[in-house]
Amino acid sequence: MLATAIIVFREVLEAALIVGIIAAATRAIPGRNRWLAAGVVAGLAGAAIVALSTERIAELASGVGQEIFNATVLGIAVVMLAWHNLWMSSHGAALAASARGVGGEIRDGRRECSVLLIVVGLAVLREGSETVLFLYGIAASDGGASWSMLAGGLAGIAAGIAVGYAVYAGLLRVPLRWFFTATGILVLFLAAGMASQAARFLIQADVLPSLATPLWDTSALLPQTSIPGTLLRSLVGYEDRPAGMQIVFFVLVFVVIGAGMKLLNNAPPQSVRKQATS
Amino acid sequence: MPSVFRFASAIALATGLLAGTPAFAADDEFKLVIESHKFQPAEVIVPAGKKIKLVIENRDTTPEEFESHALNREKVIAGKSTASVFIGPLKPGRYEFVGEYNENTAKGVVIAQ
Repeated sequence: MLATAIIVFREVLEAALIVGIIAAATRAIPGRNRWLAAGVVAGLAGAAIVALSTERIAELASGVGQEIFNATVLGIAVVMLAWHNLWMSSHGAALAASARGVGGEIRDGRRECSVLLIVVGLAVLREGSETVLFLYGIAASDGGASWSMLAGGLAGIAAGIAVGYAVYAGLLRVPLRWFFTATGILVLFLAAGMASQAARFLIQADVLPSLATPLWDTSALLPQTSIPGTLLRSLVGYEDRPAGMQIVFFVLVFVVIGAGMKLLNNAPPQSVRKQATS
Repeated sequence: MPSVFRFASAIALATGLLAGTPAFAADDEFKLVIESHKFQPAEVIVPAGKKIKLVIENRDTTPEEFESHALNREKVIAGKSTASVFIGPLKPGRYEFVGEYNENTAKGVVIAQ
């Protein structure tokens, strides 16, 4: 039961952390709860469909369909997170202001909401489909679907969601002055980490060269299967044995989005920012 | 597809590899079979410094996830289906892998030399 709980926990954790961070990062956007919920529901539905079509997806693209699919999902998520961060960089000040009750309607909040719906949906879809497959495997195994294992699965889901919620609640306690900077940096790392994962899938599919396997090995020092390693992996994309190409992707996405954020951040009128952060 | 033949060839492949003969290594493709939540062979010897294609056949009806932190790979293999995973080029050494959905029984190791 414990083994089952741990496996499910690992899968759920990543999605839960993404949902938690996105939920925090968009706290000031009106009606974001409905969009988040819609994202989770759409993601769950998608996860069931993906799990059911595992075999068909795998057969696409001469046997590497799963890798291409995962890399595509991750790629879309990276673009959406980039868009989110750039949008926040140019609207963050106004949002901070409105969050403090200074007022101000956010016009394109709607488009931003659909972006976060997609990000949340994709995160749930990707991790959810593996959880569905795993639980299906337990239920269908000839040893009999033991209730204790299914209970373990549910415990894993609950624990993953709890950690995601803890991160969300923790982020909300960050003083508003630093809040959007903090969530912006977290989202930036999320995007870079996803780009690195996408690269790994493309290497696995033999679409990209690995450049170095691995570039470094810190598995003795900080294994990615340990609890701190798992958290770092989910939050900043830490890997103990990454391929060189993954780091190229990570750095590239990090620098491009980071530069864009900086550029937009300096652009809006300083008076609004001052007012919001004072 | 005569699965007995495939099983026999997997065994032959395993023994051939264990004996160190490069008979099947021509295109650097190595076969693994998952049966009753176990990998066969549980030990795959591959050449170091070369890109390797692992072809994994899952004969169980339940899905399995080939996962290896050492190789930095994960791939879901549906029940009764075959999947390929590219690994390497590897430095000489042992690289453990598991079937994540049945970690207690599904264990194996890639040995690069």
